[in-house]
Amino acid sequence: MAAQPLVTFDRVTKRFGDFTAIDDLTLDIFEREFFALLGPSGCGKTTLLRLLAGFEAPDEGRVLLGGEDLAGVPPYRRPVNMMFQSYALFPHLTVAGNIAFGLKQDRLPKAEIAERVDEMLALVQLGALAQRKPDQLSGGQRQRVALARSLAKRPKVLLLDEPLAALDRKLREETRFELKELQARLATTFVIVTHDQDEAMTVADRIAVMDHGRIAQVGVPAEIYEQPNSRWVAEFVGDVNLIEGRVTTVYPSFVLLERDGLRLRVAATAVVSPGTTAWAALRPEKISIAHEASDSAENGAAGIVTDIGYLGTVSRYKVRLDCGLVVEAAMMNASRRASQTIGVNDRVWLSWTPEAGVLLTR
Amino acid sequence: MRRLSTINIAALALGLAFLYLPIAVLVIYSFNGSRLVTLWGGWSLRWYGELFRDAAMLESAAISLRLALISASAATVLGTLAALALARERFHGRLLFAGMVYAPLVMPEIITGLSLLLLFVAFNFERGFWAIAVAHTTLTLSFVAVIVQSRLATVDRSLEEAAMDLGCPPLRTFLTVTLPLIWPAVASGFLLAFALSLDDLVIANFVTGPGATTLPIRIYSEVRLGVKPEINAVCTIMIAVVATGLVIASLLTKRSQARQDRGALGARL
Repeated sequence: MAAQPLVTFDRVTKRFGDFTAIDDLTLDIFEREFFALLGPSGCGKTTLLRLLAGFEAPDEGRVLLGGEDLAGVPPYRRPVNMMFQSYALFPHLTVAGNIAFGLKQDRLPKAEIAERVDEMLALVQLGALAQRKPDQLSGGQRQRVALARSLAKRPKVLLLDEPLAALDRKLREETRFELKELQARLATTFVIVTHDQDEAMTVADRIAVMDHGRIAQVGVPAEIYEQPNSRWVAEFVGDVNLIEGRVTTVYPSFVLLERDGLRLRVAATAVVSPGTTAWAALRPEKISIAHEASDSAENGAAGIVTDIGYLGTVSRYKVRLDCGLVVEAAMMNASRRASQTIGVNDRVWLSWTPEAGVLLTR
Repeated sequence: MRRLSTINIAALALGLAFLYLPIAVLVIYSFNGSRLVTLWGGWSLRWYGELFRDAAMLESAAISLRLALISASAATVLGTLAALALARERFHGRLLFAGMVYAPLVMPEIITGLSLLLLFVAFNFERGFWAIAVAHTTLTLSFVAVIVQSRLATVDRSLEEAAMDLGCPPLRTFLTVTLPLIWPAVASGFLLAFALSLDDLVIANFVTGPGATTLPIRIYSEVRLGVKPEINAVCTIMIAVVATGLVIASLLTKRSQARQDRGALGARL
């Protein structure tokens, strides 16, 4: 993506009293991207969205849209629209009235407004409910009206603030795919704010993981998951075993990490020098669990199963290694009886390849 | 619903009698056919007829109505603006300002009246109709501010943000989104201000001038010369007007509350 970014946050800082919500943050978002701002509550992700919508002004730095500084441009003159977490549907207007609201502000001809409203209603499959009031709709229907309303003006960027948080699990998962499909069809830039990593992974082309007003890491979902750049990101996105150790030897392709007699070979994904402390981040599903030791694996350790969590598709095993470390391993329940072969208090052998882990220095 | 015990019923009856017996007596005696206030001479509309031939009384009624209309309108506009600022803006000294808006609610009227009189004298503002209008606006705008602010507190801030996000400038946002949602509170604030202005005697007495004898002032001065049955009639009409206003105000509040509860229920579904 060598093109000029559509949205740029350029060294933006935003404070509320003594609290720094956004801390010297720089970020580019490109045209037609589905971009996710992911982070725990209070990390500043919603503030970032509100800075772009124009409800907050940065204390320092600039927010650019299409290369132009948005400073001083009020929310009602910005070519971006927002879908609110509470949906913020106007209770005194019908579904059609809500969708038409933004178009009426532009003083479009009546016929064109009606046409666009019909188009939007069809897009979210709510044509039959056009004359209903918001309080006569279900949660899922309200969500669709809010989406249609924010898309009606064909914004350059659609901002979605926790758009699926109020839906129940089943509907939320279906709606994720619908959102993604919709974004591809409309070829509009979507920026979504969410605290749900599954949601961010499912819908987004790129994810920015945020922590305390800063960006911890930006990347495509697989990058964030497989190559986290810090312990914080590794722990926030998915489950992980973080094993702290001392670097003993550095080879060209891998690093030897030692801890309480346990020796780990970890692919050299970061630059370290012998004698320093480093962490190996190991995803549970990348660790194999077996009764017998296998000779081929380059990393291995024996231990006792202390707990098993059966989750349907996978089972998670908590294993206390002989060195005292507790490691979690996950195994797909590929056959229906797979979960019964390893039980609590069994002595097992864990093994993994050097490439399974990521070497972290912070 | 639980059945009331005998003691409850007795207490309720006693309380209501305490509140409404004097008014009931007044209303009944307004239909008295006798010339003597204390003597019952059968049902009659005689004193209502007399009343409508009493030019001075009619003039005072006209002044009072005009006054109530003007001061209630001004108080509604100013009170709503104050409520908007208090509920929606983040500014320095907001709490102090809120306290200052509410203080007149508990201020003894005699102090409000006296201080306004001193103010008008100091500024050489002519005492009379407009002085009372200003005084009543001062008195009643606090009530409007309280009612409208409590309503605004229940209106989701993001509704206004959504309107602006969709291209609606602030003033139009207020007119097309905020006002339709808070108008029951604005209307009940207006009606309350109207009723308060209509029955105020103390403040009006301080700041009135020649040619601005309001209905309460007229009634009070006539009563000092002896109660005429005609006074009962005019009081009955005033009670009817004020009571109608208050009933409408409470119905408006209740209706908007019910609608809001329905909305909240829908949101949970």
